[in-house]
Amino acid sequence: MSNDAISARGDLRLTRITKSYGDFNAVDDLTLTIPKGSFFALLGPSGCGKTTTLRMVAGLEEPTVGSIHLGDTDITTTRPYQRPINTVFQNYALFPHLTIFENIAFGLRRRGIKDVKEQVDKVLSLVELPHLAGRKPTQLSGGQQQRIALARAIVNRPALLLLDEPLGALDLKLRRQMQIELKWIQREVGLTFVHVTHDQEEAMTMADTIAVMNEGRIEQMGSPADLYDDPETAFVANFLGQSNLIKGKIEGNDGDNLVIDLFGQKISMPKKRSHAVDNSMYAGIRPEKFRISRTGTPTRGNTLTGGHIEDVSYIGVSTQYVVAMPWGQELMVFEQNDDGVAPFDKGDEVVISWEPTFTFGLRGDEDIEAGTEVNPEEPAEE
Amino acid sequence: MSQKIKDATIPTIPTKARISRWFGRNMLRIYMIFGFTYLFIPVAYTFVFSFNDSGKSNLIWKGFTLSNWQNPCGAPEVCNALGNSIKIGVLATTFATILGTMIAFAIGRYQFKGRSSSNLLIFLPMATPEIVLGASLLSLFLVFKINPGFWPTVIAHVMFCTSFVVVTVKARIASLDPRLEQAAMDLYANELETFRRVTLPLVAPGIAGAALLAFSLSFDDFIITNFNSGTLITFPKFVYVSAARGIPAQANVIGSSMFFLALAIVIAGQLVNRKKAR
Amino acid sequence: MKIGKARVPYLLLLPGFAFLFTFFILPILNLAQTSTQTPVKGGDTGEYEQSFAFSNYINAFVDNKEQFGRSFVYATLATILALAIAYPLAYAIAFKSGKFKNILLVLVVAPFFTSFLLRTVAWKQILGEEGFIVPTLRSLHIISEQTTLTSTAFAVVAGMTYNFLPFMTLPLYASLERIDPRTIEASGDLYANGLTTFRRVTVPLSMPGVVAGTLLTFIPAAGDYVNAAILGSPNTKMIGNVIESRYFKIVDYPTAAALSFTLMAAILILVTLYIRKAGTEELV
Repeated sequence: MSNDAISARGDLRLTRITKSYGDFNAVDDLTLTIPKGSFFALLGPSGCGKTTTLRMVAGLEEPTVGSIHLGDTDITTTRPYQRPINTVFQNYALFPHLTIFENIAFGLRRRGIKDVKEQVDKVLSLVELPHLAGRKPTQLSGGQQQRIALARAIVNRPALLLLDEPLGALDLKLRRQMQIELKWIQREVGLTFVHVTHDQEEAMTMADTIAVMNEGRIEQMGSPADLYDDPETAFVANFLGQSNLIKGKIEGNDGDNLVIDLFGQKISMPKKRSHAVDNSMYAGIRPEKFRISRTGTPTRGNTLTGGHIEDVSYIGVSTQYVVAMPWGQELMVFEQNDDGVAPFDKGDEVVISWEPTFTFGLRGDEDIEAGTEVNPEEPAEE
Repeated sequence: MSQKIKDATIPTIPTKARISRWFGRNMLRIYMIFGFTYLFIPVAYTFVFSFNDSGKSNLIWKGFTLSNWQNPCGAPEVCNALGNSIKIGVLATTFATILGTMIAFAIGRYQFKGRSSSNLLIFLPMATPEIVLGASLLSLFLVFKINPGFWPTVIAHVMFCTSFVVVTVKARIASLDPRLEQAAMDLYANELETFRRVTLPLVAPGIAGAALLAFSLSFDDFIITNFNSGTLITFPKFVYVSAARGIPAQANVIGSSMFFLALAIVIAGQLVNRKKAR
Repeated sequence: MKIGKARVPYLLLLPGFAFLFTFFILPILNLAQTSTQTPVKGGDTGEYEQSFAFSNYINAFVDNKEQFGRSFVYATLATILALAIAYPLAYAIAFKSGKFKNILLVLVVAPFFTSFLLRTVAWKQILGEEGFIVPTLRSLHIISEQTTLTSTAFAVVAGMTYNFLPFMTLPLYASLERIDPRTIEASGDLYANGLTTFRRVTVPLSMPGVVAGTLLTFIPAAGDYVNAAILGSPNTKMIGNVIESRYFKIVDYPTAAALSFTLMAAILILVTLYIRKAGTEELV
């Protein structure tokens, strides 16, 4: 069985995986399929279980319960060196005693591959660092080490490439550049990439599919646009970008729309975008979807009146307003600076409006702070 | 900026304050010079008196000669003693390094029942005065009617060197990033290959350092050796015995050579390390 | 991380621990056994039998309490002196030596490579009647004609201080070197002057090194007899000298064993108390 595993190909399937450390479940009954050839991201705050999941796929940890399949092959207990899976480690884990060439050749040599030199040269030019073959890892910059770590993994043409916070150690500018490059390389080599990160922007930029993890479970899975557009839980709504969540009550139906009462003001939203289970719900609107206008001027779509500007922050491309509503809640509004001037001042009486289709509905019993208190910039687990 | 303006803007500091400030800033450096002088006085003395045209007793300076260096085995027994010390040192280092490295890997790499008592067993020989180690081992040999001599001395040295090897190698293992071994496994190296190609090369400097430490401890040991060597003469024993009537200058030659040899090894090691890092 | 089977660590420990058991634990147990023996009636010198004579301990202690006291006083003095000399030295190497750090570190260890007996004998000759220091001091009338520097308690303590100095310096350096210089800057930023910073930040952070260094100095110093034998006189005999002569000159194994055991127990108790007090359990 174990010798077959190395040639296994296909989708990665995790079935009802639990990983416990004593009483604590780092991963809790997780089921997940990652299609072959996709760029998949596991996104979540530190301690959410994403790295543990990755390590189980790599074979560095064994699940307490559950099974892992690659195609039709069960690899749950297969040793890491018998899996056709390679990892780009956090902080790269390049072998300090070996040259760059030997680092990249390491996996090829272990598998007894013949044309080592040719393959290493090829992958070195793919990552555009052929001149570094003779150097030692400590002589390389962070960005170069990152590419070598990537080269060392993809040269083996694994069925699955795991990336554990691969860009965490790079500065912002380099990170942006590497995001684009990684995506390009993934298309170039056509491998399945599984990417673990706490950085929502990084996940959204690169991945076809994102699974948002929280406390050992998957909160929601989908394309970046779907997740952002129609989050199903308060955690996803807050962890991916920012959201305004307003307590409301479903009053009734109007065709395909729901009519909702928000502190006495009626709004409507598409039925299919509501994930409420009973009459109580939270209406969610992204800050950039709001329009803001002076009280008394005509508005379109859903409208909430009686607000006044509490705070104005000018940040270049947009202006962020904090609008205090009559029921005591403060809403966040992002306005594009189309005309270059901030038209509202602190204290102005305003009306807020938005297109009903941008509304998403969450269950009324959610914790609306979920996903806000975690700091996505803090260093990742372990 | 012109010199004139500079002079005008900087107020002059009184000489006294300048001197005290200089002392304040350089106090530690001055201290360091004194400290190192203190450390090296006897070394320098030993070196200087290795050129003494002293005859048998090397107590008073009688004139410069190179003959001691040209004929380091000139004094009776001195080279025999040196040879014994080197033989014992090499054997003890070999065994202690092997045993200690194995223990260090067990303690440094695995979680197992009895790990903390293992640490205690390693700590105890280091916390026991040498004289107790030496005396107790001699009593055991006497019980089993084993005469003190070469092999009992080797055994004694292995015993007290092992703990130092464990501590040194363990520190190196602890500083090893476990992700490197995981990366090797991820790249198709099985346990044995991972150990051979990644773990061992990375821990090797620690093992080499431990072996060097073990050798110098063994070579320089007097107390434990004195208990377990019987009539066998080692270099420290030779020095101790002849201390009363004055040590022959050849001993100074050997002591000084050891000093320069060890210094050369350490410096060469540093240079190799620096080259590797580049 | 787990690699392989649960048996592996035990297999790795087996040879080393079998060795340590045979040649460390067993001798200590045997020593305990010897310590309560008494001479065989009518037997040869060196023939003893077990009679659980715990009075051996009392006799051994009462007969040698002076030497015991001296051992602990000398070892304590040597430890304090070594700490006083080594701390600024280690501090200077860790923080003020720049690119010379490695060279200076090698220099601290370098005297080690000349046999410590040679160095001790060298001190004896430097400080002795024929050395240059004593005549100089005498001609300057700093010391009287009768005063000697060797064969005194001063010489023994100085010799021990010298010989164990690297054992003190290295652990001190190791823990000082690990201190993030930014913590020292932060302390200055928070209105602490140089002395307060040293007392409140540097010293507490270097405590592991202080503990390790003092132990590595005190333990061998308390059991030492070489410095006392070379640099001292009959009036500076330490417990090590007594044990040595009981073994080799008087062939009184039980007393020697009882003394060894008492010394070991005393050191272990002191060390345990000291570690408790210093609050550093992680030494090894």
